[in-house]
Amino acid sequence: MAQATGVRRETSARGYEGHLLEVEDLHVEFRTPYGVVNAVNGISYTLDPRETLAILGESGSGKSVSAQAIMGIIDSPPGFITRGTIRYKGRDLLKLPESERRTIRGREISMIFQDALTALNPVFTVGFQIGEMFRVHRGLGKAESKQKAIELMDHVRIPSARERVNDYPHQFSGGMRQRVMIAMALSLDPDILIADEPTTALDVTVQAQIMELLHVLQAETGMGLILITHDLGVVADVSDRLAVMYAGKIVETGNVYDIYGNPAHPYTEGLMSSIPRIDQKGEELNPIKGAPPNLMRIPTGCPFHPRCPYARQRCVDEVPPLYEVAAERRSACHYWEEVLSPKEPISG
Amino acid sequence: MGRYFIRRMLEIIPVFFGATFLIFAMVFALPGDPIRALAGEKPLSEAVQREFSEEYHLDETLPVQYAYYIGGLFQGDFGQTFRGEKVIDIMKEKFPITAKLALFAFVFEAILGVLAGVLAGLRRGSFIDNLVLVSTITVVSVPVFVLGFLAQLIFGLELGWFPIAGIQEGTRGFLLPAAVLASLSLCYVARLLRTSLGENLRADYVRTATAKGLSRARVVGRHTLRNSLIPVLTYLAVDLGVLMGGAIVTETIFNMPGIGREVFLAIRGQEGALVVGIVTAGVLIFMFANLIVDLMYAVLDPRIRYD
Repeated sequence: MAQATGVRRETSARGYEGHLLEVEDLHVEFRTPYGVVNAVNGISYTLDPRETLAILGESGSGKSVSAQAIMGIIDSPPGFITRGTIRYKGRDLLKLPESERRTIRGREISMIFQDALTALNPVFTVGFQIGEMFRVHRGLGKAESKQKAIELMDHVRIPSARERVNDYPHQFSGGMRQRVMIAMALSLDPDILIADEPTTALDVTVQAQIMELLHVLQAETGMGLILITHDLGVVADVSDRLAVMYAGKIVETGNVYDIYGNPAHPYTEGLMSSIPRIDQKGEELNPIKGAPPNLMRIPTGCPFHPRCPYARQRCVDEVPPLYEVAAERRSACHYWEEVLSPKEPISG
Repeated sequence: MGRYFIRRMLEIIPVFFGATFLIFAMVFALPGDPIRALAGEKPLSEAVQREFSEEYHLDETLPVQYAYYIGGLFQGDFGQTFRGEKVIDIMKEKFPITAKLALFAFVFEAILGVLAGVLAGLRRGSFIDNLVLVSTITVVSVPVFVLGFLAQLIFGLELGWFPIAGIQEGTRGFLLPAAVLASLSLCYVARLLRTSLGENLRADYVRTATAKGLSRARVVGRHTLRNSLIPVLTYLAVDLGVLMGGAIVTETIFNMPGIGREVFLAIRGQEGALVVGIVTAGVLIFMFANLIVDLMYAVLDPRIRYD
């Protein structure tokens, strides 16, 4: 499988110039009986083959919704994409008819989810669920599909795949279930894999194994990976670029190591100082004060200003654009220079 | 699974004795004298009455009568009525009619109930959904005998499509009572499936199925419906057991000579052996249906295993 994939990838990568995926000014809202929830408010990013883009944010920051918009699996109503474009190999996905999007979904862009137990259908065997990809998209027969499923399960390192192909999802451990999801998502060699909190429901050791597996598979196939997470630890090891989301907007984006070394947005800075670090043992954690905003009433100006230690009047009045901090590095903070500059440690 | 099955079969034993004894005791407790009721206007002679009492052990205490009855039962003797007919023969004659009625009703409720449930569940808030909701709540709130009389009036008398009562016209005579008998369960099936479908459509695995690039028809028909039907199928199986036990009201209104009407007549005539025989058969059928349901659960939902 890996070899065949490699060949196809080269041609497809050569076949299209420019970014694999370009999201521009995407807006998603949910019209509920209680009001309009502004889940995504104008985000833009790009993804190239072999690249890993990590989207970091708290629950409700719009990171999952933006991914679902790319997949085209937002429940509508209540969800509506009100503005923006999502270009995949130059084609605007939002302008395609549903029948055409369906051929892209799962085949060229696929997705794995947080909780593999609920994301897999409880009444079908894992072999059926993986094999279904080949039956539906490739028109393969039952026996062939099952054979493919076994190969894939083998490929994602599920032990004794041949014996387990007829087992049901609940008979697998959490990590193995997520491997089944990965096998299913990668079955048709997609160009893009969106992983929505793929390790959140797993033990730490298993988390590392899954991330390692994704990393290896990405190297094999050359796919672009969008990794959605709230876990800073997961981000650091595997990502190339990082986009930090807050209240449906990207507040900081850039190279992972640059951002880790020196955040240019107060929210990113807050996230960094709210995780325990081994080299700062004994120091107090500094969680971000306050709570994420209600997406029905997002604060004016910079949405982070009510929680921001740097906030001034300007932050209340004026929406900050994404300032260019350095090459390939942007921050949506009026006072990014102040945030970026080296500071005295808060405690001695 | 095997051990589970055996345990369930063993459970039938205490239920069997409990049910038969309870029914027997209730018939025993009925006021009035069955022999006198049998004779009607013209009283029977003392000698005949005594002979009857002896033959049917009517002077004995309740436990003794019950022992006689059970003793007979284990020799394959269901007893006989005061007219001398064998209970087993009556049951053999009446049961096929009830079974036929039950099967027709079952087909009605299964097909129409599932259809209505799917239509309503897939398009929540639509006209069809509201139609199903309003019509089911209406049917559920109206007593069965009212539905029966209405059906007779409209489809029997006014339109003349179906016979009003009896089974002289064969299968055609079964359709109207079967529809009335099915109406209540049909509503439950429709509502159960509507709710179940609504819940499952929001499930994560449905989102996964969509993300796999499957067509809407496959996402709903294969993935969602399969899960949503689990509670519906088990309800239907239990209901088949209930229907087989006879429908007293419907059979009486439509004058169907089935088990339900027979048990009604038997209670009026204080035919103890007949009442106990029919009701016990009903209890056993119901228990059997329940066992089937529990075993079905394990087949339909692989997460359930009995061991």
